[in-house]
Amino acid sequence: MAERVAVVGIGQTKYTATRGDVSLPGLLREAAFRALEDAHMTFDDIDCVVVGKAPDFFEGVMVPEYSLVSALGAVGKPIFRVHTAGSVSGSTAIVASQLVEGGIHGTVLTIGWEMQSCSEAMWALSVTMPFQQQLVAGAGGYFAPYIRQYIARSGAPDDTGILVALKDRQNALLNPYAHLHEHDITYESVRDSIMLWDPIRYSETCPSSDGAFAMVMTNEAGGDAAAAEGRQPAWIHATAMRSEPALAAGRDQVSPQAGKDCAASVFKQAGITNPRKEIDVAEVYVPFSWYEPMWLENLGFAEEGTGWQLTHDGVTARDGDLPFNPSGGVLSSNPIGASGMIRFGEAALQVRGMAGDRQIDGARKALGHAYGGAAQFYSMWVVGSDKP
Amino acid sequence: MSDSAPIELPEGLWSQPAVDTSAVDSITDVESVQLITTPAKFVYDYTPGVARTRFLRAIEQKRLVGQRCPETQKVYIPPAGVSPVSGLPTLEEVELGLDGTVVSYCIVNLDFTGNAQEIPYVSALILVDGSDIPIYGLVREIAPEDVHFGLRLKSVWVEPEEMTTSFENIKWWAPNGEPDVPKSELADYV
Repeated sequence: MAERVAVVGIGQTKYTATRGDVSLPGLLREAAFRALEDAHMTFDDIDCVVVGKAPDFFEGVMVPEYSLVSALGAVGKPIFRVHTAGSVSGSTAIVASQLVEGGIHGTVLTIGWEMQSCSEAMWALSVTMPFQQQLVAGAGGYFAPYIRQYIARSGAPDDTGILVALKDRQNALLNPYAHLHEHDITYESVRDSIMLWDPIRYSETCPSSDGAFAMVMTNEAGGDAAAAEGRQPAWIHATAMRSEPALAAGRDQVSPQAGKDCAASVFKQAGITNPRKEIDVAEVYVPFSWYEPMWLENLGFAEEGTGWQLTHDGVTARDGDLPFNPSGGVLSSNPIGASGMIRFGEAALQVRGMAGDRQIDGARKALGHAYGGAAQFYSMWVVGSDKP
Repeated sequence: MSDSAPIELPEGLWSQPAVDTSAVDSITDVESVQLITTPAKFVYDYTPGVARTRFLRAIEQKRLVGQRCPETQKVYIPPAGVSPVSGLPTLEEVELGLDGTVVSYCIVNLDFTGNAQEIPYVSALILVDGSDIPIYGLVREIAPEDVHFGLRLKSVWVEPEEMTTSFENIKWWAPNGEPDVPKSELADYV
């Protein structure tokens, strides 16, 4: 019988374009200490550290898990590194949970981060190689043709993306950690922002952020002990990862099969038959606004071609019956290597009732979702206020 | 810059140790440096393997070659020598056309190419004739707003004396004047 796993500590930094006042290890320690404080623990209580990073050349710090050992209190302890592109810190959280679930470690610290101010992701994604076609337009240029294809297939109104961006950026105003706090944002200001990669506007694009996110996970006894002291744990109900080859002929990049399979698996393991009804809140990786309707369909919350209707009907708003990204999402904060774990951790904060002003009333079951690479890596978990 | 909220520490719990910064604080006569730019360069030898060697040798001669998956029959460009779907070696080489079809695209209003491109420009997913997986390419010689799904394109190459073993032999793609390919025939390629 596998161990039940509880998230008992969560720590994050304020996301910002240029942190400037701390080193990379310092940034990580800030998140780690906050997670330990939340868990009422110190490094002494941690059996193993699991870090996520992908790819190294975003920051130019190679194999960072080596140089971070002492900063993360891991001297003499196992440290484990995970590497799955943009989904990396979602996958990292899952690996950490499995080390507890399998009974290998009692308590694990996990962390994801990015210092985009010390890196040039656009450059890193545009390395010239003689044997490859040139992607002449950065990350948005990769995904924009698939978004255009989604719009053509679904017949979604042109302003669906505007509504998503407006919602997420307004949600971010309730999250003190969010990078972008655009108090004056309006439908018109999003609509009139420059069209970077038609059909993606500037205000429908994620920012470049510095930041780190850490979690402490522990076994059932540890979760029970926290609960006994009145500190609500987030119990992990299910985790799933899937991937598919990026360059496979006939691959559907608008709604990739690996995403569908991953969602089906995580909901089945969690005993969820009607995700639309049973999931109270979802933190979903939406780096470009149109990915909200696309993932609504891919995750099975809506029939194919109808995800945009949920956005227009306000279903994904804070006061809708399926709030998407009450934290403001990736559209409001994007420290790439932490963005997946932020989704997972914000889902956990919601079911712990500790999400502050961005708390969704009555959230007891939440989905965390991350994707990465050429939309070929997926990781997801379902967490709940009650034990699975 | 950072307005991180102070955290309430639980009673009696050891937390972040105080750091003695007096030695640093006493330095007042130097400019504070928070960021430095250090240009870096990697030079490496690349060994392309059999499939890509054949592809690059062909592209030097203004030919595009793909390889067919023996199980799915799909033709890959650029060939990697193995099918990502079946895992089998792709041993059959296929001579592809030099024309292609737009399966999707975006109009870019920001220069990602270091002033090499006038904006706006179009980055498209192009299905090369005879292949089964689209590649990204630049589309020129047409107004961006006139680009559409199914548009037929020809590849535009560098001068013969500039040809090397590189994808960059293709400067861009431009309309070839042929009738559009119906959308229904492109459904499997995005």
